[in-house]
Amino acid sequence: MRVVIVGAGEVGSTVAASLADDHEVVVIDLDSDRVDTLTYSLDVLAVEGDGSSLQTLREAGIVDADLLIACTDDDETNIVSCGTAKTISDAFTIARVRNTKFLDTWNQSEGALGIDLMVGTNLLAAQSIVRVIGLPGAEDVDYFADGLIQMAEFRVTDETPITGMSVAEADTFDSLTFAAILRDEEVVIPTGDTCLRDGDDVVVIGSPESVSGFARTIEPEVDDISDVLILGGDEIGFEVAGLLSERGIPNRLVEPDPERARYLAETLPETTVLENDPTDQEFLLRERIDEVDVAIATLGSDERNLLSALLSKRLGAGRSIAVVEDGDYSDLFEAVGVDIAVNPREAIAEEITRFTREQHAENVAIIEDDRAEVLEVEVGADSVLVGRPIRESIKELPDGVVIGAIARDGTYVIPRGDTIIEENDHIVVFAAQEIVEETLEAI
Amino acid sequence: MSWRVDWQASVGLLGTGLKYLAVTMFVPLFVAVVYMEDIWVFALSIVLVLALGLVLERVDPDPDIGPREALVFVSLAWFTAALVGTIPYLLAGFGTSSTLVDPVNALFESMSGFTTTGATVMGQISLEQHSHALLIWRQLTQWLGGMGIIVLMIAILPEVAVNGAQLMASEAPGPELQKLTPKIAETARVLWLIYFGFTIAYIVVMYGLHLAGFAPNMNLYNAVAHGFTTLPTGGFSPQAESIAYFSAAVQWAAIPFLVVAGVNFALFWHVLKGEFDVMLENAEFRAYTGAIAVTTAVLSLLLVRGAAPPLDIGGVTGGVTENTFRQAAFQIASLLNSTGYATSDFAQWDTHAQVFLLFVMFIGGSAGSTGGGVKVVRWLVVFKTIRRELYTTAHPDVVKPVRLSGSVVDEDAVRGIAAFTLLYILLFGFSAVFISLDTARIGIELSTLEAVSASLATIGNIGPGFGRLGPFGNYLFFSDASKLLMVFLMWVGRLEIVPVLAVFISALDSD
Repeated sequence: MRVVIVGAGEVGSTVAASLADDHEVVVIDLDSDRVDTLTYSLDVLAVEGDGSSLQTLREAGIVDADLLIACTDDDETNIVSCGTAKTISDAFTIARVRNTKFLDTWNQSEGALGIDLMVGTNLLAAQSIVRVIGLPGAEDVDYFADGLIQMAEFRVTDETPITGMSVAEADTFDSLTFAAILRDEEVVIPTGDTCLRDGDDVVVIGSPESVSGFARTIEPEVDDISDVLILGGDEIGFEVAGLLSERGIPNRLVEPDPERARYLAETLPETTVLENDPTDQEFLLRERIDEVDVAIATLGSDERNLLSALLSKRLGAGRSIAVVEDGDYSDLFEAVGVDIAVNPREAIAEEITRFTREQHAENVAIIEDDRAEVLEVEVGADSVLVGRPIRESIKELPDGVVIGAIARDGTYVIPRGDTIIEENDHIVVFAAQEIVEETLEAI
Repeated sequence: MSWRVDWQASVGLLGTGLKYLAVTMFVPLFVAVVYMEDIWVFALSIVLVLALGLVLERVDPDPDIGPREALVFVSLAWFTAALVGTIPYLLAGFGTSSTLVDPVNALFESMSGFTTTGATVMGQISLEQHSHALLIWRQLTQWLGGMGIIVLMIAILPEVAVNGAQLMASEAPGPELQKLTPKIAETARVLWLIYFGFTIAYIVVMYGLHLAGFAPNMNLYNAVAHGFTTLPTGGFSPQAESIAYFSAAVQWAAIPFLVVAGVNFALFWHVLKGEFDVMLENAEFRAYTGAIAVTTAVLSLLLVRGAAPPLDIGGVTGGVTENTFRQAAFQIASLLNSTGYATSDFAQWDTHAQVFLLFVMFIGGSAGSTGGGVKVVRWLVVFKTIRRELYTTAHPDVVKPVRLSGSVVDEDAVRGIAAFTLLYILLFGFSAVFISLDTARIGIELSTLEAVSASLATIGNIGPGFGRLGPFGNYLFFSDASKLLMVFLMWVGRLEIVPVLAVFISALDSD
């Protein structure tokens, strides 16, 4: 597949890197230094120029391209690049936008503006934050098969009740599969005897009820979320407030800039907007930060997010979530005490990856910095899985693949050794990054 | 800062306005011809007003109206309309015992008409003493004043349309100008057509009741006369007994029209376009209808308990009867939005019921309606602002915009509304004191309720007050000084204070 990527910023480079191995990738950027860097660091063709100009796109070979990903920092450039590409090519176009207003327009009529897929960065990040908030203790949450199947990642620590238990002991839920344990740099596919250790990240796949039941065994003292404090009203904070209000979760938002605070108060009728510095301890104490269930830092800069998330956690907030723009810092954030670091670019990468795997996968969740993926696949008639018990068919798949759940005609099927997979079933599988392509081909 | 205003432009445009005002006098002239009374009065009035208009028009044949000229023009226009409106009263009364022969009285009556107040200084309202034509002129002034003479000018005069928005903003009731269509003249036309349509519907219903035998007194003359004063929330009636003169069927049929008169007419435009939800979701409409429902319920309860003992007109025997609810619903629908019609002599009700009615008079109609008073939308904003102030006292960091029907009210508008409401209450309070003192000066004892209601009924363009100012009383006994103050109150009340005071204040500032 020939892929043209407009914009060699962090998103563009990340996407290029993940596609470079299996595809022919061309990257366009205005900045000559970036173009140089890419030329030498990745096996891609880097073109210097304006991605919204027809000439540059031609140079990049858009006429023969199958996919155009426009992911510069500028919404309008991305939109125009897609529209321009459409005039001379049949490439599938993906545009990254920050501003949700463009997404609203595009949702009104998909394919509008010459864009086949519009990915709203801020909205995606906000959605993943809100998903995580909904599940106490979870570090990552995703839904598959129209919400029938849920994937979640939990951290096991000294304080969690299941530490030291074997998987067989910890798994008290019928419709729950322990897909993997991420231990240090390793991806461990657990058996019933595998013991859970302090510091493990457990990936479970199951029905939403059993996943939230499991969440309660990990964090038994957590009640329903009734008070969320959003620190900082940047676009992500704004979207989070809107999504929480939609779900009926009471939320407050702190914004230091008077004009922005005024704007937020006017556009978010359900949210209580406070005008103050979110890193002011006295203010946070006055606002009873110690009674807040979740504090979310969305101040628009990694440093400020880290500071305010740590501060609120220290002052007694139940959980702290911080947005981290630079993906390299995600681990650092979590290591120093932020409960969950959400990287907006990871959310975009998931969405874009979903489309590069379009032929096979319906939905994709990326686990822990691209170490593994959870994929939803519709099983075709010619798949090796069809008509055989899983015990037999699993041998045809690469080692380390776990079939986590099956959705059949809108019902949940628990995958056991003797379960027979049928045509048109949606299966949710866990696979380490190295074997994703292989797995998809086998299925 | 100097007050540079193009007076010539304002006066020139005023001339054009008067010219057309003369044309409206053909309506009473027609009635005069039909009844063969006072024909010369109106023929002469037309000539005089037309001449005055033509002369003034020559001051500036091509007026260019800016925001300041608009304020001056609108203020002047209403005062001048009231002034020339006295001509028929003076001419017809000449040589008779009519109280309107006195210039101050005539001005009071005319201003009360154009501002749709409905307070009267006519000693005797009867077709024996006054001609059908004169009484129809009195009714007509209210109809012209209801939707607004300026709005009418904008609707029909192409030369005004260019700067129409400024003019309309100065005249239209309510804190904000609503443009329904891109062209302001079109908006003005839409509003006048809706107003006209409701008026015709009212006349048809009333005369229909007469033809069907339900309303013996509601002949065509009365139907038209009341059609001229119901939709503008006027309250003048050619009958001394007001609506109490007519059957219960007429009273019931009038109630929905009274309610409609206090609704923002722009909402009907949305209804005509099939957008019913715009009306149903409008915060002011909901508050207005809610206020009517609640106050009617309370008043019904007071009447059931015997607040209105057997009276000559519209007495209510305590207990639950059709009469109880009709009196309650009619009085509320009429007084809440400042119409001032009555089916019962509420000036003789128990004090607690009268105080309740006084409270109701404070509410007013909706913005963009023909109703007077402070207006429901302003009260909504005032209450929401107060609530916000109390809330932010306890939570100093909270940013809380004031919202109406889901949309944010601009802080400038919030401030403007608070200032208006305060000014209104101040003016009302000072006037009540002045009227009270001035009346004592001429040796007439005025009760507190009477003094307060005189001030409120004129600044709110309501009409009747309490005691001697009740629905079947009049304002005749006041001194000229008090009457002139009330003329001023009616004037500023109709234009919502600000344009008139802005002209005065700015004129004082200039040196």
